[in-house]
Amino acid sequence: MNTGATTTAPLAGHADDHHGGNYINCESGWKSWIFTLDHKRIGIMYLGAILFSFFLGGVFALLVRTELITPDRTIMSADDYNRMFTLHGAVMTFLFIIPGIPAALGNFILPLMLGAKDVALPRLNLASLHIYIIGAIMAVLSILLGGVDTGWTFYTPYSTTTNGAVIMVTMAVFVLGFSSIFTGLNFIVTVHKMRPAGMGWFRMPLMLWALYATAIIQVLATPVLAITVLLLVAERSLGIGIFDPALGGDPVLFQHFFWFYSHPAVYIMILPAMGIISELVAIYSRKAIFGYRAIAYSSIAIAIFSFLVWGHHMFVSGQSELATVIFSALTFSVSIPSAVKVFNWLSTMYKGSIKLETGMVYALAFIFLFGIGGLTGLFLATLATDVHLHDTYFIVAHFHYTMMGGTMIAFLAGIYHWWPKLFGRMYSQKWGNIGAVLVFVGFNATFFVQFIMGAKGMPRRYFNYPPEFEIYHQISTAGSYLLAVGLFVAAGVLIHSLIAGRKAPINPWGAATLEWQAASPPIHHNFDGPLVLTDPYDYSGLRWDEGEQGFVWKDRDKEPASS
Amino acid sequence: MQEPGQILDPNDTGSVLDEPHGGDLHPHPVPLWMLGGVFLALIGLTVLTVAVTYVDLGKFNLWIALIVATLKAGLVAEVFMHLMWDRPFHRVAFLSAAVFVMLFIGIALLDTGAYAPDVIQGYAPSIEQ
Amino acid sequence: MSKAARETGYEGRSHVAHYFDTALQQYETHKLGLWIFLVTEILMFGGLFCAYAIYRARHPEIFMYAHTLLDKNLGAINTIVLLFSSFTMAWSVRAAMLGQRKLLVGLLAVTLLCGFGFLGIKAIEYNHKWQHGLLWGERFDYAALQDHGGGHGEELIVDEHAEEVIHHEAEEHGDSHTAEGAEVMAELDHDAEVALAHGHAPEDIPRNLHIFFGIYFVMTGLHGVHVIAGMILIGWLLRRAIRGDFGTRNYTAVDLGGLYWHLVDLVWIFLFPLLYLIH
Repeated sequence: MNTGATTTAPLAGHADDHHGGNYINCESGWKSWIFTLDHKRIGIMYLGAILFSFFLGGVFALLVRTELITPDRTIMSADDYNRMFTLHGAVMTFLFIIPGIPAALGNFILPLMLGAKDVALPRLNLASLHIYIIGAIMAVLSILLGGVDTGWTFYTPYSTTTNGAVIMVTMAVFVLGFSSIFTGLNFIVTVHKMRPAGMGWFRMPLMLWALYATAIIQVLATPVLAITVLLLVAERSLGIGIFDPALGGDPVLFQHFFWFYSHPAVYIMILPAMGIISELVAIYSRKAIFGYRAIAYSSIAIAIFSFLVWGHHMFVSGQSELATVIFSALTFSVSIPSAVKVFNWLSTMYKGSIKLETGMVYALAFIFLFGIGGLTGLFLATLATDVHLHDTYFIVAHFHYTMMGGTMIAFLAGIYHWWPKLFGRMYSQKWGNIGAVLVFVGFNATFFVQFIMGAKGMPRRYFNYPPEFEIYHQISTAGSYLLAVGLFVAAGVLIHSLIAGRKAPINPWGAATLEWQAASPPIHHNFDGPLVLTDPYDYSGLRWDEGEQGFVWKDRDKEPASS
Repeated sequence: MQEPGQILDPNDTGSVLDEPHGGDLHPHPVPLWMLGGVFLALIGLTVLTVAVTYVDLGKFNLWIALIVATLKAGLVAEVFMHLMWDRPFHRVAFLSAAVFVMLFIGIALLDTGAYAPDVIQGYAPSIEQ
Repeated sequence: MSKAARETGYEGRSHVAHYFDTALQQYETHKLGLWIFLVTEILMFGGLFCAYAIYRARHPEIFMYAHTLLDKNLGAINTIVLLFSSFTMAWSVRAAMLGQRKLLVGLLAVTLLCGFGFLGIKAIEYNHKWQHGLLWGERFDYAALQDHGGGHGEELIVDEHAEEVIHHEAEEHGDSHTAEGAEVMAELDHDAEVALAHGHAPEDIPRNLHIFFGIYFVMTGLHGVHVIAGMILIGWLLRRAIRGDFGTRNYTAVDLGGLYWHLVDLVWIFLFPLLYLIH
């Protein structure tokens, strides 16, 4: 259908680099970056920091996997092994996966999707970045101060009594928590106050619903993490005693406190990922998203339900039977909104015109891998099976399928999808897809066998293991090396594009959301001229332009006002 | 869902709010008698809270203290913090926070209430052969 | 901005950032932002209230006993002080909106003074506890409690009706969670009056009494940190008010500072009865 032309629309679309007037080169010098208020600059600084953290966490992971090649000591002592998996978990959780999509992609995309000039509170945004960096430094410092061997979950009483830099790393978590809170706060306020006239709640792209729901969780749950680590620090440094049985305290209480945040936290991780998939599946099927309202409501439902199920991490911790049964039942219900999304994505693709751009390849991988991760969650929600599977490799595989096969894959999908907008460059689709396939195969090789190991009884976090598990560990480790190769290829493709990639058109993928009406890359204040607001999933107004090698809007032939 | 597109001027981010007074800032000062009245009510309720502790009502003492505290909090929030005249979403946010705190406390109490007697009285389930 | 304020007198206008459409949008955005921040503060303190609730529910004897060692009067005075400071703060927001500069300065100053008053009384309380070993964890001095009774001044300020409470508790908790608790309560008789006034026999003191004080110090301590932060904020507002920054078109900062201070008051409104007035 015609999207109603106007003659003042700026959207014939070609990159506008010729004045050098985009957000990257409009100002130079390190101060213009460190003290910027531009959400786009903040976004890509976050992207760099987060990818570096991912690299660090990945190195720890490879070291852990390498140690596990043989049943006994391979390359490190048992104590070092404990520190290594603790670091891997803490860095990946707090420095990569939780901030990941909202901070690195959300910061860049959200205002653009709203047709706005910036987020509502740009100084808070910058503060959030600085705080992240401080927290990251503190976390790395803890390595130098002796490391931590408690596991990323810091369970008492071990965490209150062990030697090591527990206080430093938990204070890093405290600091990083505020970075997360400020990002969430900013997104809530921006979505409420900076929507353009005509974009009611149900005309927003689903990515924004996802980021909004994530922000609700960030704001409600993270403060409880803050108080949890404060209490842990008080327990360690002052001997308050509320988690110490010898002083009348309750160690399981720590777990209640910890998981009240950490379960909703996994939805902080997955909701933005699902938002990305909702966008990509529609665009690359050239078909309006199926069940828009269902997906929007399911995002809010997930945000709320996520607070009701934390006890499923504590089924065998000493929690009462009553609470255990209640949490098990509620956990089953939280899978429903996620399933709603998966079915809607599949329905969107049905009879769509699928384009296997790299972003879509990752999106398809997401649906498959998250599907497995989510379904295996049902085994863990079921009390009878969880008793056997808890603290085994089954759990490890479950959360890697959901967090890595889910969020990380979606993060890559989003990076590949929005890369032309972020940096104004196109990449080799062929090599991008090769990287995606390597990642997919490597990932499954690493983690699928862990489901089997876990079901056979291999416990998690163990340095030594009986010889019958050796073959599984070796397959898993080999898979991890392949996964690493795939990730390097994926990174290499993008880096290469920065050096030698073709200049990106304004709308290479034919999307209908507002960020694709900004130049690639955008100018400093995002837009320079009127925008046309349409249904975000109505692609009928776009056509492929051979000269552009990108999509342009029908009936709008004028020069982009942003040039 | 297939209407003509709408033109947006990015120099006019235009929130979807209806803005009275052309978007200019028009303050709403709370009447002084209201501020003073609420203050006196708060003092009164505080006196009440302390006075009630001299009367033994068993379990209800705690609930009365909490209800009175909630009333005081409500007065502070609605009048001093201006919730009464603000956009409703502020109240929604404030109440949601309270609801989630109560959820946390409620379920944690439920759990500790159900296991503590077993643990403290030293009861251990016998192991069946 | 302050230069413009000085130039326009009480009608100081605020600068509207370029990504906002109107002054109203900017104001409402900042206000919503602060409310969401208050939500995070409520959740953070909420965690501590959860710890309180659990320990009080599972070990009521600790709480019944320990609160007699707090000074209810000082707690009540602090409550009045904070409520009054909330009143002056709310009034100062009104004054800012009406461009009443001198009144604004005065009210902010009074609010700040109340903050000092609150902290002063807390310092007295904390000092008293430190003197008597009424601290957290292993620092709790049970011996001192036995000898000196933990009183304020030379003699314990006897919470007279507390004895009735303890008797009542004895009846209620005949089959209490701890065998010791039951014994403790059952053994109290009118001799307890003497014991309370001059010291406590070891068997009278509930086990793990220090748990109460751990919770007391963490809750009031975190609250105190927020009071200090609020006072710094008010000090900054006071400085700007003296400079003439605020007026009928520029009062956002005072409004937001006020909201934060009210939150500090809200937390204390619950802390006071839960810590000092346990019955």
